[in-house]
Amino acid sequence: MKFSDFVAVEAIRPNIAATSKEGVIREMTQSLVDAGKIASSEMESIVKAIMKREDLGSTGIGRGVAVPHTKHPSVNRLIGTVAISQQGVDFESLDGDPVQLFFLLVSPPDRPGDHLRALENISRQLRDDSFCKTLKAAAGPQDVWRLLEEADAQSIAS
Amino acid sequence: MNQTHSREVIVALEQGLHARPADLFAREARRWQSRIEVVGNAQRVDGKSILDLLTLAAEAGTRLVVEATGPDAREAVDAIGSLFEHNFATEANSALHPDTTDPERQPPGDASGERAAV
Repeated sequence: MKFSDFVAVEAIRPNIAATSKEGVIREMTQSLVDAGKIASSEMESIVKAIMKREDLGSTGIGRGVAVPHTKHPSVNRLIGTVAISQQGVDFESLDGDPVQLFFLLVSPPDRPGDHLRALENISRQLRDDSFCKTLKAAAGPQDVWRLLEEADAQSIAS
Repeated sequence: MNQTHSREVIVALEQGLHARPADLFAREARRWQSRIEVVGNAQRVDGKSILDLLTLAAEAGTRLVVEATGPDAREAVDAIGSLFEHNFATEANSALHPDTTDPERQPPGDASGERAAV
């Protein structure tokens, strides 16, 4: 599952304003609404579901990265977006570090494999320090998108 | 004294080894001094790293080998094996189908693997 298979380019936010966990989740979900990827009538339900998942244990998986996610019946395929916080947000991460890179995923309830493969791709790329560094330094959505495409191309080549 | 112990485990989680169980796995692994690695899906990864565990993309039914090397290798492997036996019981797994505890999916010759997942 490549980035370009699930990341909505119009929803990429390289400089989010939110400073709280819920704020980040809300801003990212809103970006998917604005990009026409999810219905605005579903927004509250999706935000609530993602927050409920966070209650089970933070998706801040360390290294300044979080992958807030949920299953939701309103989507018929895996959809996601990327956001970057320049200042970092307290996400109750497993390693306690503030989070700068966010990958938010919403998947149909009946497709656990797609979700797993998206997580695989994200975690594989994020093990690469230079990928993280370049991503944090991205100036605009197109920079982020180019980097994701480059990572996709490399993962095909390898 | 360093020793190596390993054991096969099978992912019975309907959703596969996703973020939450990977977190529980890595947390458990970090409690032990031994180096802990997981082999599966043609990869060998660090069992103490969630990022590494997630790159396994281990779906339901995947066989993995947990391998520990160090002074507490046996205890470490047992503790992690127990997570699998209990199907990561803190997981919100009420939706799991009973057939994910199919005896054929249990590690062979492992008596302690009899305990069914809740």
